Amino acid sequence: MQVSAFRIFFQTGAWLVIAFLVLPILVVLPISFTDTSYIGLPKEALSLQHYANYFTDPDWLSATWTSVWVGLVVATCASALGTAFAIGCWFLSDRAAMVARWVLITPILVPPVVQSLGFYRFWVQLGLIDTHFGVILAHTLLALPYVSISVFAALSNLDRNLPRAARSLGASVMQTVWAVVVPAARPGIITGFIFAFIVSFDEIVGVLFITVRNVETLPKMIWEGIQDNIDPTIAAVATMLIVLTLVATAIGVLRRS
Amino acid sequence: MPRVNEKVSYWMLVLPALSIMVCFYILPVLGIWEIAFTEPKAGVGNFVKMAGSNAVRTSFVITFRVAAITTVGCLILGYIVAYAISNFASRLTPLMVALVILPFWVSVLIRSFSWIVLLGRSGLVNDALMHAELIERPLRLMHNELGVLIAMIHVMLPFAVLPMLTNMRGISGIYVQAARSLGASEWTSFRQVYFPQTLPGVLSGALLVFVLSLGFFVTPALLGGGRVLMISEYITYQIQEFLNWGLGSALSVALLVATALVLLISARFVNLRATLLERK
Repeated sequence: MQVSAFRIFFQTGAWLVIAFLVLPILVVLPISFTDTSYIGLPKEALSLQHYANYFTDPDWLSATWTSVWVGLVVATCASALGTAFAIGCWFLSDRAAMVARWVLITPILVPPVVQSLGFYRFWVQLGLIDTHFGVILAHTLLALPYVSISVFAALSNLDRNLPRAARSLGASVMQTVWAVVVPAARPGIITGFIFAFIVSFDEIVGVLFITVRNVETLPKMIWEGIQDNIDPTIAAVATMLIVLTLVATAIGVLRRS
Repeated sequence: MPRVNEKVSYWMLVLPALSIMVCFYILPVLGIWEIAFTEPKAGVGNFVKMAGSNAVRTSFVITFRVAAITTVGCLILGYIVAYAISNFASRLTPLMVALVILPFWVSVLIRSFSWIVLLGRSGLVNDALMHAELIERPLRLMHNELGVLIAMIHVMLPFAVLPMLTNMRGISGIYVQAARSLGASEWTSFRQVYFPQTLPGVLSGALLVFVLSLGFFVTPALLGGGRVLMISEYITYQIQEFLNWGLGSALSVALLVATALVLLISARFVNLRATLLERK
């Protein structure tokens, strides 16, 4: 087939759109090496001062650590709850289970500010404002839909006769779930865990509403940094996070191919 | 009766997640409705105030306009990418997919920060244009709707591409081939044969982008600089600056209802179940 205008339009168009998607994110890279104390390209030489600043500032480090451990706790809780939920719904597969699945995904649809308002009022009553537990609870709720969707996606390929066979051979319900269904759901559980971690690690609006000074997460530090004074340390943090994302995506792509 | 017992054990799996979602999520969100109708005094006063306020009306108009333009922008750009990925097989296809998904994993905060760096008064774009002596004074690229739109389209684009990609991958090439062998031009066969088959994916993408854009907070708040007040930011102003819980909650209720209406109306055209429950 000869190369038509049609084909050229879509192919170059696609690469232009991809450039629009990827290149703007990469601007933080040169900025992070700037030798100035404000946001801008390096003037005289490359400098690592903003990286040094990140690694010596107890506030940045502790916020990072908080985000990491909160994210891991959230991912663990959300994966356990969400996996059990999806497996139960998969077995039931009736109207009630369908309604339950719709209930569980509401956090995807409700605007972040609205749900954060709801959290704020309720967390005040429960005494959870500005506590790590309060943040973990809120993030677990926000992460649950992603776990349940990905586990469900993994289960959609599972033959319903397999658990039936296990049952007819004398396995109990829990044995069947554990030995037949969970292994089939494993790719979905792993995806769900990663999703849940990222949801928590990234979440900003809820944290702005339900924490004050006691709980400081990485997104909150970045948010405050952007609002008050634009400090190139944010570019250094952003660069490190982007490099981590790149590495993770590369591993993901390589593993699949 | 073993059958009943079995059902009970499946419900035991479902209930932990479902009950914490109902107790700690659904109830708090419903609590907002209560505040809207009771603070500072019982009745529909907050809604009357809301309906009479020009600022609120402007904010709603801005919100719907930004969401609509973002959706159209994402659909056009996203369609081109999804089409190229699913129709021109090459060694680079996996790379293209990876590059589309990559921004999806990068924090929205960081992406907004990047746009601030690019579009600010002394940002890289203005710097470059001034340096090249194409302009004399910096252009206003952010703290206005233009900046918000650019960054919003950037953030939402993957949400449009992914459903279209899933849809296009399921389309068999034989219909287009048949049209071509019957003498239709490449453009005609695209428009009359291929495009209609992609409508479910296009509509799914449109729904996701529009609904998410309606309630989006971070990007408009950072790029708008307080000048492009979308409802979400308007709500936080009412609550955090003026401690006006009643009006803030009434606005939240209005935003929730607007979102629900969009979903209900689109349920006629879009398979909500496939778009929302069976994503990926």
